Amino acid sequence: MNYEAVIGLEVHVQIKTHSKVFTRVGAGYGHEPNTLTDPVVLALPGTLPVMNKAALDAIIKAGLLLGCEIAPVCKWDRKQYFYPDSPKNYQISQYDQPICIGGSVEIELPGAARNIMGEHKKIPLARIHLEEDVGKLNHHAADSLVDYNRAGTPLMEIVSDPAMHTAEEAYAYLTSIRHTMIYGGISDCDMEKGQLRCDANISIRPVGETKLGTKVELKNLNSISFVRDGIAHEIKRQLAVVAAGGKLIQETRDYDGQTGTSQSLRSKEMAHDYRYFPDPDLMPVQVDAAWKEKLRAECPELPFDKQRRFLRDYQVPYTITSVLIPERGLSDFFEASAQLAGPGRAQAVGNWIANDFLRELSAAKLPLGASKITPASLAELVGLVEAGTLLNTAAKEVFVAMFATGEAPAAVVARLGLAAVPSDAGELETWCRDSIAANPKALAEFKAGKDGAINAFKGPVMKAGKGKANPKLVDETLRRLLAGA
Amino acid sequence: MTAPLHFQSIAELSEHLAARRISSVELTQAVIARTKAVESRVHAFNSFDEPDALAQAAASDSRRAGGQSCGALDGIPIGLKDVIAVSGQPLTASSKMLANFVSPYNATVTESLQGAGAVLHGRLNCDEFAMGSSTENSAFGPAHNPWDLTRTPGGSSGGSAAALAAGAAIATLGSDTGGSIRQPAALCGLVGLKPTYGLISRFGLIAYASSLDQIGPFARTVEDAAIVLGAIAGHDPRDSTSFKTEIPDYRAELKRRRGPWKLGIPEEYFGAGLDPEVGAAVEKAIAFYKAQGCEIREVSLPHTHYCLDAYYVIATAEASSNLARYDGIRYGHRSREAKDVLDVYQKSRAEGFGDEVKRRIILGTYVLSSGYYDAYYLRAQKVRTLIRQDFLNAYREVDALITPTSPLPAFKLGEKSADPLAMYLCDIYTIGVNLAGLPALSLPCGFTAGGLPIGLQLIGQPFREADLLATAHAYEQAHDWHTKFASL
Repeated sequence: MNYEAVIGLEVHVQIKTHSKVFTRVGAGYGHEPNTLTDPVVLALPGTLPVMNKAALDAIIKAGLLLGCEIAPVCKWDRKQYFYPDSPKNYQISQYDQPICIGGSVEIELPGAARNIMGEHKKIPLARIHLEEDVGKLNHHAADSLVDYNRAGTPLMEIVSDPAMHTAEEAYAYLTSIRHTMIYGGISDCDMEKGQLRCDANISIRPVGETKLGTKVELKNLNSISFVRDGIAHEIKRQLAVVAAGGKLIQETRDYDGQTGTSQSLRSKEMAHDYRYFPDPDLMPVQVDAAWKEKLRAECPELPFDKQRRFLRDYQVPYTITSVLIPERGLSDFFEASAQLAGPGRAQAVGNWIANDFLRELSAAKLPLGASKITPASLAELVGLVEAGTLLNTAAKEVFVAMFATGEAPAAVVARLGLAAVPSDAGELETWCRDSIAANPKALAEFKAGKDGAINAFKGPVMKAGKGKANPKLVDETLRRLLAGA
Repeated sequence: MTAPLHFQSIAELSEHLAARRISSVELTQAVIARTKAVESRVHAFNSFDEPDALAQAAASDSRRAGGQSCGALDGIPIGLKDVIAVSGQPLTASSKMLANFVSPYNATVTESLQGAGAVLHGRLNCDEFAMGSSTENSAFGPAHNPWDLTRTPGGSSGGSAAALAAGAAIATLGSDTGGSIRQPAALCGLVGLKPTYGLISRFGLIAYASSLDQIGPFARTVEDAAIVLGAIAGHDPRDSTSFKTEIPDYRAELKRRRGPWKLGIPEEYFGAGLDPEVGAAVEKAIAFYKAQGCEIREVSLPHTHYCLDAYYVIATAEASSNLARYDGIRYGHRSREAKDVLDVYQKSRAEGFGDEVKRRIILGTYVLSSGYYDAYYLRAQKVRTLIRQDFLNAYREVDALITPTSPLPAFKLGEKSADPLAMYLCDIYTIGVNLAGLPALSLPCGFTAGGLPIGLQLIGQPFREADLLATAHAYEQAHDWHTKFASL
């Protein structure tokens, strides 16, 4: 019998806000333990939560970006369980009235080759809800210490339908969410810092069956490649259990990315009863049309939409777009520069960014924002090359200098004497005439139809230009003169 | 004959202070002296900070000397129920769980009273985590009723009532979740006000049942209650359930708002279980209002019989969740026997909580459990809506309701402590008000033949405390119950 896997993902994304979701103390990563705390975070007696509007704005924006319906009214519930990383021993979350409902995530599967776009699909979402993050336990030999810096950081949980079937789809799904959240300024989605976390619900069923099989929840998939590897491993494990005549049990398993193995954490019988009930300390939130529209106006174009537009409007190759698109700043830089450079020059702009610019940034370990190259200076450089004023090899040198000093390309060209020569077309013509006159043998051959003979005239011209003559221009001038000779 | 300083009202004392006939230090010393004289018999206080109180009083006096007095409460000693946070002071909720806890922050009402210049001299005994009707659930021992030391001052804010009735404070704050201000006020011959849910910030109030809890004043007179209410009412951005509403000058409104009012008598509040002496005193009060020209109407609150049931589902559900934070991890009692994390939870909570608190946590955990939620919690919330609707229907016909506050006068310590259900019935006339989120106050309306105070409850409309206080004031002006003091 043939089986298919069915995968649903629960993705937690930390929302990038200045302060925590229910109090004013700062949120952040990498601080001294327990410095981002206050009486509310520590759940001291008598403290109350107050909703951070910036967190609500961010999740509504995320919902709009993913095409969710924004609930006109949503409420807050307490999810109750005892664990030392949870200061109140309940987590404020949303149970049956989440703020975002439905929506979908567009994904791209790997293409046949690196330079060929892969298949696109839309993975439907069940919901997105807002909750608070918990603290972090650090286990030592004799005791465990808890750091509440992370506790109360706004966290959204994006829940997909069980609609994916391969580890590759899950990988593409997570990548797409990551790009979208970064585009929207909602999160930096740094998995190493725990800003993006993923649990997977995986089951298998005979092909053609519509009912879901027994699901296994896989936890601790803490890098994007662990998500792919962990899911692939789990599908294989389930297929093997069934192939051996065994029966799958509903359980939660812990995936160890280092060893590529998983082990059972708890079975369904030991599942928590979270005793959800509406949090009486928080009022339900009403999102009206004006609020929604204000945020919709702040929503950026989605990465895949932008990629389609770049392919269509700028005629840049797919490989270049797949370098530009994931980073919003880079694609904005491209677009600004391509517009300044003018029609027909976008591909050159794209090439400069994808090759030279990224190489220099990475060598200098600089973020895009710190670079001295501007869209205007890059457009100018491309213009100089297109006009024949600057040769490709010289242009590379100019770019490196621009990157280092922030000078305009014309200034670098002048300072380093890199301009193509001669700058006067009359002088080039004289050099060409002299060269033709000096080589009657080649002239005869050319006239006899041997096109390659033209090369014999080029050497002396290049020599006169000390290597900086534009070969294309030299060729054109020679042909024009030879035609009249 | 004028009463000793410790038995005078805020209104009287603030005049003495303004006229420099006394200083706040003198007044505070008098209250401290009185406290020392009676505390061993009354046990109203969980903690008391004499040097700090005198420093606050001295600061008040120097403000006044500099012409910077903050108003009627400046220099007045006010005690707080030990569930209200005062920065740098113990905050125990009368629980072993928090026996060594010192709050690092102030409740909003604490800041409001400090801003008004009040001298916050001590934290008052109560039932553990405000769960109870007699203060016998305090881990530190019960408070005693100054009118009869063998009897309870009521609860849960029993210490707040006992301290004021004994002259160990000039006013106090309590909290009321099911009657915890009004019932002890009735049993101790005081005015006790439970404001509309949302009028007073709960920030810094140890939560028992968040959707029912409300802070309110105990005072000797209605006017004093109006003064304290004015200082603590108003929207607080730190409490999402606090309401944005205009706060009138409650004290000034006492004189402006005059009847006659239309008053409703809910038939369900005068049935079996009502002590005849209490019933008679309340009837007399009703007759008074009638004589003043008020229209008295019989009304019905048909869902009254479900109040206790709905309350013990909703309040315990919320309590089971609110008290989860007391786990011995970050603060509070941690068992010395604990060997692992589960032990820390189980043993710390087993040792730190008293029986009534455990009973309510267990009940609340049960009603929220998977499979039971709809049958208990959800149904109780629907009943709650019906109960509120009962009141709102009645208010289409009348301005306020008159009922007894407590079915019984103060009962003997130990009389009901072995029977939780008998104890729960003490709140039968007060609980509906919390479920409906309404304002209500208790004021003295007589004494039993045995000399125990009797309380009258007036129930008002949402955020119309000014009317409620004026209605009570009209009665108080024509009676002298508030001029009688416990002798001890």
